[in-house]
Amino acid sequence: MSYDILTVIWFFLLGVLLIGYAILDGFDLGVGIIHPFVAKDDRQRRITMNSIGPLWDGNEVWLVTFGGALFAAFPNAYATVFSGFYSAFMLLLFALIFRAVSLEFRSKVHHRFWRIVWDWSFFGASGVAALLFGVAGGNLIAGLAINEGGDYTGTMMHQLWSPTAGPYPLVVGLITVALFAMHGGIYLYLKTEGELQERAHKAMWTLFGVFLTLYIFATMYTLQAVPNATRNFEAHPWLWIVPVLNVLAITNIPRALHLGRPLYAFLSSCATIAALATLFAAAIFPNFVVSTTDATNSVNIWNARSSEKTLGIMLIIALIGIPCVLSYTVAIYWTFRGKVTLDHSSY
Amino acid sequence: MDIEILSRLQFAGTIMFHYIFPPLSIGLGLLMVIFEGMWLKTGHAIWEATARFWTKVFALNFALGVATGIVMEFEFGTNWAVYSRFVGDVFGSALAAEGIFAFFLESGFLAVLVFGWDRVSRKVHFLSTTMVFFGSMFSAVWIVIANSWQQTPAGSTIRAMLDENGNPLIIDGVPQVRAEIADFWALVFNPSSMDRLSHVLIAAFITGAFFVMSVSCYYLIRKRHTEFAKRCITIAVPIAALFSLLALLTGHDQAKTISVTQPAKLAAFEGHFDSGPGDLYLWGWPDAETGEVKYGVKIPGMLSFLVHGDFDDPIVGLDMFHEDDIPPIWLPFQVYHLMIGCGMFFIALSCLSLFFLWRRTLFEKRWLLLIWVPSIVLPFIANEAGWIAAEVGRQPWIVYPTLTAEAREMLAEQRPLPRLDHDNEEIVALRGLRTTEGLSDAVKAEQVLWSILMFGGIYILLFVLWLFVLNSKIHHGPDEVAEPTARREKGAKFFDVATEYTDPSGGRFAELSDEPGNVEEPNGGPA
Repeated sequence: MSYDILTVIWFFLLGVLLIGYAILDGFDLGVGIIHPFVAKDDRQRRITMNSIGPLWDGNEVWLVTFGGALFAAFPNAYATVFSGFYSAFMLLLFALIFRAVSLEFRSKVHHRFWRIVWDWSFFGASGVAALLFGVAGGNLIAGLAINEGGDYTGTMMHQLWSPTAGPYPLVVGLITVALFAMHGGIYLYLKTEGELQERAHKAMWTLFGVFLTLYIFATMYTLQAVPNATRNFEAHPWLWIVPVLNVLAITNIPRALHLGRPLYAFLSSCATIAALATLFAAAIFPNFVVSTTDATNSVNIWNARSSEKTLGIMLIIALIGIPCVLSYTVAIYWTFRGKVTLDHSSY
Repeated sequence: MDIEILSRLQFAGTIMFHYIFPPLSIGLGLLMVIFEGMWLKTGHAIWEATARFWTKVFALNFALGVATGIVMEFEFGTNWAVYSRFVGDVFGSALAAEGIFAFFLESGFLAVLVFGWDRVSRKVHFLSTTMVFFGSMFSAVWIVIANSWQQTPAGSTIRAMLDENGNPLIIDGVPQVRAEIADFWALVFNPSSMDRLSHVLIAAFITGAFFVMSVSCYYLIRKRHTEFAKRCITIAVPIAALFSLLALLTGHDQAKTISVTQPAKLAAFEGHFDSGPGDLYLWGWPDAETGEVKYGVKIPGMLSFLVHGDFDDPIVGLDMFHEDDIPPIWLPFQVYHLMIGCGMFFIALSCLSLFFLWRRTLFEKRWLLLIWVPSIVLPFIANEAGWIAAEVGRQPWIVYPTLTAEAREMLAEQRPLPRLDHDNEEIVALRGLRTTEGLSDAVKAEQVLWSILMFGGIYILLFVLWLFVLNSKIHHGPDEVAEPTARREKGAKFFDVATEYTDPSGGRFAELSDEPGNVEEPNGGPA
């Protein structure tokens, strides 16, 4: 296997990790975003939290592994992105910490004020994390000011309001929040019963509307103002199949909801996330970060990669590990299938 | 303030806070596997209550470990971009293995461990507990290997970084280089990795055993959950004693290794300023200005004896190194001695307790139980102190340079080394990376300052909440068992003893029924 093929395989595997993370933690974050609006009393809030209780931790591991794999396979890209997004990523870390401890601490004390604080911290942390993931993605599509050493030279404000593409990163951030909220709503619909399920059902439709509106707006914005995003599609017209599949997955969500098949709707929303992440990867390939100052400063898979030997060893590790990971992930989701019930081990 | 100091402070603060949790998870994991194994073997309800109680404590601890652990992975890139580019290729395989083999394993099975009591069979649950325990140990394996490579690089070479056309990357006229992997197994078994890994895991087992001892002794003193407490103590004391002794052994091995691989570090640990026979200080106050240890009590020649087996053998002193290559001395010296002091106390306390356990009088030794209760802070202090010694002692390097055979010969002949510059191939076999060189160029000091302040505030809050929730869990205690039948099982010899220890006066379980304070609502509400 040649070095170049190995490199592309690792870009692809990173994409798989990203999709896995976005689908899995996407519903956790979504549940966090909508829970104050659909869960009205303490019992319902506990049910929403426990719907992701046994799973969120394992889901977050996809992000940890994505970060580790990026560090390992493309150290220069990891260094550029993580140091370039310093303030944004610090905020993301604080959000992820608060999400974790809100879940862990909320039900430990029977006190109204205590629980309200953790409810809102859970909501805020989930929303901020989703927004920041989107903002980071938007910046990578639009490009950043990168110097020849591979270091970001702009400011944090430029990452919200790009000098070249305007508020594009913010738009991608909002669409991510809406997408995850919808995804979480469908997940809750799947996992709950009664009054809570009805409210999740209503929220789903509203969020689908919000997401669709933002999606159409963002698509037009991208085509108009972000030339980087369409470069690959002009060179390789067959890539248009990705956005087509994307639209199909999106339209399948209301269809499945209308048919009253929540699992089908959930799978469609998983497919939507996967298609959007693929679209993102197809748009930026082979770059990680496009430099807006000088194209030769862009960080791409060819100048960011690790040595052939490292990529090879990592592939062997991945080939041994992935079947194990998939088998027990499936086993664990199977163990916790069905509607959420509260027992003495619940949050 | 200087960005290097700020970045180091932030990394030190976040890693030290994170490192409160993993050793306890690993150590408690071992005890949980034993407790649940006992339940599986004997079927006694008391063992089930024991396993369930520690699982609740474990889950809280684990969640904080995860929440603070993700910070560490991000910080390599956010604060230390140049370092990340330099080491990425070498760390790659270890990090990939950690993610795939360790993190997925522990977080996946944690779900079953914590939430799956009523969803899976006892055997599957026991398997999950074991897997979580293995997963937490595996994460220690890979991260310690990566850190050990920074201390004693092996299995790697230095190569030029290439641009996308395959040409050497040159920035501002300086060719960019990085460490690349040459031999995976040489990297895994680098000169310090196995000694350090065993020391870290042993310390974690000590932490777990001391934690169980502290809580159990507290219950015993307060005459609450006495049956539970006695069983926990009977299992935890031998573990504490065994691993306290093993910690001494692995610590000694490490000191011998670094006398060869990082002589400046060992010299800083022991305040050994001038080359010659090395003394072992029990305590002291090293003064880098005057080059002597003040107010110290020492055993002359003992360091030489421990390292070389001869009281007169010379040990390389700090005088052999250029001033730019000397680590801070005061801090490593103090924390190193603090760690050893803690370690000696662990041996004394656990071996004494083991003796009384064997004599079946431990549970009446109230004074000894009283010592155990606050002693739980010491393993945490020793863990942190050991790591401060290891990491500050590595300074001013983030990746330590490897000395050539010629340089070692110079040291043996007590000829001072010149500055360990990258291009001095006569003395530097594999170039290192200075901590100053590893920073992120894209990050400004004020950004790091505000993130430090945020981390400071959040972590203080988390620490207080952790103690608060932990305290309430301990006060709640394990669920009481209705019918603690001490049924005997074949082959459970050691643990029969555990059952017999309950009450020498013959009134076994008397305390349980006599004390109204012990009656708690079953499954008292949400955990």
